[in-house]
Amino acid sequence: MRRVVITGMGMVTPLGDGVDTNWRRLMAAESGIRSIQAFDTSDLATKIAGEVPQGDKANGHFNVDSYLAPKDQRKLDKFLIFGIAAAEQAVEDSGWKPTDEESLNRTGVMIGSGIGGLETIYETSLVLKERGPRRVSPFFIPSALINLASGQVSIKYGFKGPNHSVVTACATGAHALGDAARLIQWEDADVMVAGGAEAAICRIGIAGFNACKALSTDFNDTPTQASRPWDKRRDGFVMGEGAGVVVLEEYEHAKKRGAKIYAEVIGYGLSGDAYHITAPSEDGDGAQRAMKAALKRAKLNTDQIDYVNAHGTSTMADVIELGAVKKTFGQDAYKLSMSSTKSATGHLLGAAGAIEAIYSIKSIIEQAVPPTLNLDEPDEGCDIDLVAKQAKQRKVRYALSNSFGFGGTNASLIFGPV
Amino acid sequence: MSDIAERVKKIVVEHLGVEAAQVKEDAKFIDDLGADSLDTVELVMAFEEEFGIEIPDDAAEKIQTVGDAIGFIKSNAKS
Repeated sequence: MRRVVITGMGMVTPLGDGVDTNWRRLMAAESGIRSIQAFDTSDLATKIAGEVPQGDKANGHFNVDSYLAPKDQRKLDKFLIFGIAAAEQAVEDSGWKPTDEESLNRTGVMIGSGIGGLETIYETSLVLKERGPRRVSPFFIPSALINLASGQVSIKYGFKGPNHSVVTACATGAHALGDAARLIQWEDADVMVAGGAEAAICRIGIAGFNACKALSTDFNDTPTQASRPWDKRRDGFVMGEGAGVVVLEEYEHAKKRGAKIYAEVIGYGLSGDAYHITAPSEDGDGAQRAMKAALKRAKLNTDQIDYVNAHGTSTMADVIELGAVKKTFGQDAYKLSMSSTKSATGHLLGAAGAIEAIYSIKSIIEQAVPPTLNLDEPDEGCDIDLVAKQAKQRKVRYALSNSFGFGGTNASLIFGPV
Repeated sequence: MSDIAERVKKIVVEHLGVEAAQVKEDAKFIDDLGADSLDTVELVMAFEEEFGIEIPDDAAEKIQTVGDAIGFIKSNAKS
């Protein structure tokens, strides 16, 4: 089987623009959660989120003008803007900018989203109702469609290989990386630009997740404390926005062109719960089978995983995932470190799996693991190392990243050094 | 009525991201100003909005240059 490595990484998150900014702030135990600034929240139960900080790129903030001309910004939902920006970072980082037809044909794109252009759909529906169909923009549909992230990136760089997209709610980013890696293994492509993008922090997004009783509502006055995976006072997830994109490349292809190689994708496992539309099965069966499938694919024993980047959303499901990790790893669960970076970024839904894959890869490169913020009092049974509050240096040979989505969809990825 | 041309040109500059100097009356939206078919639909919507008129689809198809737009609006504008 062909080997797949990571040669480029890019991200836009509530912690800022770029991998370096993200990792620095993550390891310094900083939070990207704040009071929502983009719209009025007075009638919403949740008034906080992880909004991407807008501002000067030199300060690690996101400046859309550094990625797109104003005339193009108007035609794109925010999820597409984040996806294009993260893809640009990843492609620049990889140095893979071919111009010959064969190379372009062998380079594909697979960037997904959980919901796509939700705010655009909401705003346009108001235009339709208030002003009629003739006022609906010709860019409405191509701004809202999920696969247009892949479409936009392919057009920008001329990448004419497989053009695909994943939609599996909060597991989207992980499935995109795993599926794209398989396209390379099966020789459909030599290089894939893969990841997830999301921008659902808008009134209808918050109202919808509030109606599902999924979001935190107890910490509106102390936003940085709201995302607290495994803590006894957790009361729901905090929504984040942004994108994570990586360049996946066939190992010999990367070696031949002298690319820098960050890590290898060595394991990928998928499963379904067949249980409930929003809740995981209480025995964590789906999560266990995803992790076991990834371990089997990676040909690793449970004692070789040193870091687990948990799905850990700061909901009741945190303990189900922890139980699944204990059942999967047995006594080895007490030797690894597991943390939830959602404690700092909030939950980026379809982008979560992609940014967390990047954090997992960084943990191997840096031999250090990011913290779980706000873990003051672990819930019952949470007795493994959850890296409470402070990052730590430690040996990280292999890292596993979990992502689970509404509908009962699960994905686990395992990364290792080359 | 003389400012109609200026208002049309301003809309074209904003929507297509081109320099004002490029927006001559004989400039074609698609061939000279880099618009695609979706851009031209949006431009027509912007003209309708700015001048409070309706441009039927068959008329919109004939608006291919900046001058075509100015001419149509001059003949049809209410204000």
